Amino acid sequence: MDNQATISFSEEQADLLEIAENFCRDKSPVSSVRALMESDLGHAPAIWQEMADLGWLSIAVPEEYGGVGLGMAEVVPVVEQMGRRMMAGPFISTTLAAQALLVGGTEAQKADLLPKIATGGIATVALSEDNADWNLSNIAAKADLAGGKLHLSGTKTLVADADSAQWIFVSVMHKGAASMVMLRSETLPEGALRRETIIDETKRSYQLSLDGISVPESALFDAERVREVFDHIHLAAALLVSAEMCGGARGVIDYTVEYLQTRKQFGKVIGSYQALKHPIVDAHVGYEQARSHLYSAASNFTKQGEGEIATRMAKAQAGEAFSFAADRAIQFHGGFGFTYDCDAQLYRRRSLWGENMYGDAIYHRKKLADFLL
Amino acid sequence: MTAPSKAELEDYRQDVAAWLQANRPPEPDFMLPLTFMEVGTEAQFDYLRDWQRKCYEAGYVGAGWPTEYGGGGMHQAFQDAASKEMAAQNVPIMLNAIGLNWAGPLLLDIGCHTDRARYLKGILTAEDIWCQGFSEPDHGSDLGNAQTKAVRDADEYVINGSKIWTTHGSFAKYMILLARTDPDAVSKYRGLSFFLAPMHAGGVETVPIRKLTGEHGFTQTFFTDVRISASCLMGEENAGWGVAMRTLEYERGARGGQGNSYTISTPDASRIFDLAKTVQREGKAAVEDPVIRDKLVQFMIEARALSLNNQRQSITPLIQDRPQSLPLQSKLAWTEFILRLNEFAISLQGTKAAYYVGEPDAIDGGLWHRGYLNAFSATIGGGTSQIQRNIIGEHVLNLPKS
Repeated sequence: MDNQATISFSEEQADLLEIAENFCRDKSPVSSVRALMESDLGHAPAIWQEMADLGWLSIAVPEEYGGVGLGMAEVVPVVEQMGRRMMAGPFISTTLAAQALLVGGTEAQKADLLPKIATGGIATVALSEDNADWNLSNIAAKADLAGGKLHLSGTKTLVADADSAQWIFVSVMHKGAASMVMLRSETLPEGALRRETIIDETKRSYQLSLDGISVPESALFDAERVREVFDHIHLAAALLVSAEMCGGARGVIDYTVEYLQTRKQFGKVIGSYQALKHPIVDAHVGYEQARSHLYSAASNFTKQGEGEIATRMAKAQAGEAFSFAADRAIQFHGGFGFTYDCDAQLYRRRSLWGENMYGDAIYHRKKLADFLL
Repeated sequence: MTAPSKAELEDYRQDVAAWLQANRPPEPDFMLPLTFMEVGTEAQFDYLRDWQRKCYEAGYVGAGWPTEYGGGGMHQAFQDAASKEMAAQNVPIMLNAIGLNWAGPLLLDIGCHTDRARYLKGILTAEDIWCQGFSEPDHGSDLGNAQTKAVRDADEYVINGSKIWTTHGSFAKYMILLARTDPDAVSKYRGLSFFLAPMHAGGVETVPIRKLTGEHGFTQTFFTDVRISASCLMGEENAGWGVAMRTLEYERGARGGQGNSYTISTPDASRIFDLAKTVQREGKAAVEDPVIRDKLVQFMIEARALSLNNQRQSITPLIQDRPQSLPLQSKLAWTEFILRLNEFAISLQGTKAAYYVGEPDAIDGGLWHRGYLNAFSATIGGGTSQIQRNIIGEHVLNLPKS
């Protein structure tokens, strides 16, 4: 079929995996996850600062901009462990914003913002619109130049963590081409952000109305390089969401296995019944395959061609594996599974979010078919 | 012995690759078995026995076994690399699977010098074919309930009973045999003993079983007052269950030391792409059909996952919390994958899906149909997929026994 697939794992990845595993377990017990769900902000700034102090926001930022100079491969184990504990916060948003800036920002923008992001400044990307298209180049929002300023119009949807972010990178049409423009949150007019109600209550998501906002021309990304941003962000996002979903699959399988090991019916622990044991094993097998794909995608991410193939496969597999595991988790908790108090719903809601962000399994397989067949 | 470096292994692999390219045997005029379980005719048997001997003489069978027993005396990693390269080149399989990969490693781990000297070289050369006597007509998945009896009589045991699904039963010189030595043991598992039994002893009868494909490949083996030496006992009397379970760990790849683990060739899955290009749907190549494209990519993703799982097993930080997880699921995942892949390949063939082996117009000679039917031998044999799920559930996820 194709025997080119490889997987490797660096010492840095191993160190980060171990640190992140302990940190996320300690800092994000499910009681905290549920408490933060109820808060407006949705995450704990003190923990965010600890992550920044650990250097996690600078992992994939080059040294010349104050970062560690590693890559997305090293971000993956961190996000995986966050996903396993359903840790809240703008980590993925900020990482994607930094990636967008790195690939398409002007030198001045990078020099200004990347060092700030590397030390804990929060940023996000505004890419989706009412058309709900996973193709990030399908953009209706506009940035029109008049009087030396860019006048923005249109609405962006599903802008993650926009309320916490100091900077928002917005995709717009400019002079007939897809581009990106940098917004500083303090310049947003009152009411520009509306919090959306989304399936995953641990996440924060906003609509951003651009009408009436104008920014200096220097807010535009580098016209020469901006075309690469959309492909890069699409794949980087698919990779990180895959990591989060892999971790989530592990989390929900552990959660369900614990119940199967303790709950008794008809005088027996229910995990001894094959009607429950076999499907949870299938979920586990699916998770392990997703994890192999994830780390293959991580280690090949920067390779032309192979990076795209591995990442799309990882996203397709992680989405289906997480959704299956979380779906069965609700069912296998019986009556308790139908309640808000059962954590199975947290995972299932997150899997519905993750599977459908940045392309679902069918979408990625279609892209792969066009690439490979 | 220190493990070889990556560079040393790569050099070795290249030697193996070059040798295989130069020495691959000519295609026979009969269909070659894809797995060691499919050897049904003398012609197939002779062809594969010659091929194993040739590979042994080249040093690529038992490279990791001690030289005093006919092995190559090298680090096991070299043998594993050679086995892997043979799989990659899709050459004919190794015949003497049960000797090479079950009985052999077991003898090396817990056997005495006399037994090793007696048995190991014949395993490597394929001079002595081995078979396995675990399952019984009434005790398949419930292996611990095996009822074939072995009664001690002075310095002999007397065997009575019957074993089934004996791969290579009609060719074998020895059998690894699980038999009941204590019918009154408190636990059924504690009354079993493990023997290295001669198949040419008086009272052993093998009856071929015709498989669902119409071919032969297994026997039922009957024991009527068969007398074997007490020295055939492997391990302590009534401690055979532990030995049998250890044996299954070699089979599942959860323990190393295999003489040559290439005993099952995986169908070249890329052939389903060729198939999808040649058959038609609505006047166009099937590969243009979006649903078929989606399925083809699904198979590709799954095939990759299985290959990546193997690679990940050597990355300690990514497996250390559950080191048995990937090895224990490998058999389940592979065999179910192969079954579904063959099934899909049949469905791709349109009306020609109706043809079977022997029909001159059958696509690929009926390979996919035969492959599909034979694939059940792997989803059932060596512990059914359902038993595999029990094993994974109990040993990896720590769920209570069913």
